[in-house]
Amino acid sequence: MPLTVIGFEGSANKLGIGIVRDGVVFSNPRHTYVTPPGKGFLPRETAKHHREWMLNVLKQALTDAGLTHADIDCVAYTKGPGMGAPLVSVAVAARTVAQLWNKPLIGVNHCIAHIEMGRLITSADNPTVLYVSGGNTQVIAYSERRYRIFGETIDIAVGNCLDRFARIIQISNDPSPGYNIEQLAKKGNKFLQLPYTVKGMDVSFTGILSFIEDAAKNKTLMAEYTPADLCFSLQETLFSMLVEITERAMAHCGSQEVMIVGGVGCNLRLQEMMEIMANERGARLYATDERFCIDNGAMIAQAGFEMYRTGLKDATYEDLLEESWCTQRFRTDEVEVTWRDP
Amino acid sequence: MNLLQQGAEARLFAANFCGRSCIVKERFPKKYRLQEIDEKLTKKRLSQEVKALQRCRKAGILTPIIYFVDTTRSIIFLEKIDGETVRQHIVSVRKMQEDSSYHSIYPMAREIGKILAKLHDADLIHGDLTTSNMIIKTSDNKLDKKTNEIFLIDFGLSFSSSLAEDKGVDLYVLERAFLSTHPNSEELFSVLLDAYKDVSKKSSSVLTKLEEVRQRGRKRSMIG
Repeated sequence: MPLTVIGFEGSANKLGIGIVRDGVVFSNPRHTYVTPPGKGFLPRETAKHHREWMLNVLKQALTDAGLTHADIDCVAYTKGPGMGAPLVSVAVAARTVAQLWNKPLIGVNHCIAHIEMGRLITSADNPTVLYVSGGNTQVIAYSERRYRIFGETIDIAVGNCLDRFARIIQISNDPSPGYNIEQLAKKGNKFLQLPYTVKGMDVSFTGILSFIEDAAKNKTLMAEYTPADLCFSLQETLFSMLVEITERAMAHCGSQEVMIVGGVGCNLRLQEMMEIMANERGARLYATDERFCIDNGAMIAQAGFEMYRTGLKDATYEDLLEESWCTQRFRTDEVEVTWRDP
Repeated sequence: MNLLQQGAEARLFAANFCGRSCIVKERFPKKYRLQEIDEKLTKKRLSQEVKALQRCRKAGILTPIIYFVDTTRSIIFLEKIDGETVRQHIVSVRKMQEDSSYHSIYPMAREIGKILAKLHDADLIHGDLTTSNMIIKTSDNKLDKKTNEIFLIDFGLSFSSSLAEDKGVDLYVLERAFLSTHPNSEELFSVLLDAYKDVSKKSSSVLTKLEEVRQRGRKRSMIG
């Protein structure tokens, strides 16, 4: 019996709804809340955006897939981690359709969804995962029924560091600040030495952000360096650190596969650096593009699918509905991975 | 020279130095990062490692002896320690016994705690504490009893600091690596910390910082 799952994602500024049937993505529309240059997205406005676009995106997901609600077997949504207000707005919508259509409702860990989508798309078997986005920076490997976090940022996420730098130099947020930094960095060639903070398999970014913030406001320095040079220097430094901690984790775990997921993961320079590192140690890189790297609904559906067919297969409709809450803090290693071999 | 292992920072070769078997640690250029970044890091880490290895021995912490340093080619010739990493040791002990508990290795955890206390009391920060960076050497002594010695290795990220913050982060890094590498080892790690507390003279401020750093990790908003 094929299992068709619809997934609702809205933990940050992207609203995505996707439909997946047994590992095949039927549809995956997304709408992003884009703020003007110099401004980040705030919880209240982001939640409002999600509520306004919910029905449009949902209709599009069903139309693109050529399915009706009767074809859906299960509804999945992001339980966390993420921003409170947007999470709630999406959870309410998912809970509503689950009850309207009388389908089981499954709450999914956002980070796990990224990993499972990456594994589905790239067919990587047991990779060391670098998960990099606006809110997360983690190096993850699987063992004994958990995705275990080996390295992590000890302060802000790498995407957050890039986003905030984009705000300082007033780069457009359309389609995303990271993408625009990447394009601008291609024009930079003069390297400014920035702090480099690796602590074992952990990293820290706040010192770098303050340093480059000061640099961008320093008129004498900016007579020598262009904003493009700063983007270039920032990217090179941040990504070197990320590749380094990933390599440390791979050496520590003896892993020969590496996968990048999360929004920052679609940066081609990061992918290129990771590939060189992987080749140097005879390992293989798996990466995806913006359709699946950036938050989307299909990834929630895919993780929900894995949970529904294994750990939750005997759960009742009422139990699942009872369990359908959401939380801003939800660690990757809290979830028991029932769908993989121990 | 035989390539033994390619770590994250360096290649390790087995070689011979004036009749003694040794490990050659070569920090080769990393092509993925800019030359400007690579050269600076390589140079800094080589000198940090050499300095720390010497200061550790002065503080009475077991580390490999340095035989020779070639700064132009970024190579260190080190004493070869016969033994297995603490990581391998824990994994194999756990496989051998029937239950999956860690009780039999509590003495080793206590020993590690004591070593780290000594390290931090000498104002040295390792910077990359994991169970892969500790080697356990078992030797038979005269009374037919086995003794275990634990060596610390891989000091490339080390530095000297008297700040409780740096020491706290050092322990935090170990805690994270420890718990993710060895599932359900929370108790074992607390045995290690207890030993640290007993031996270190400045443990209270360090452990308060450790708690603070842990909170920082938890409080961090995790979006998208």
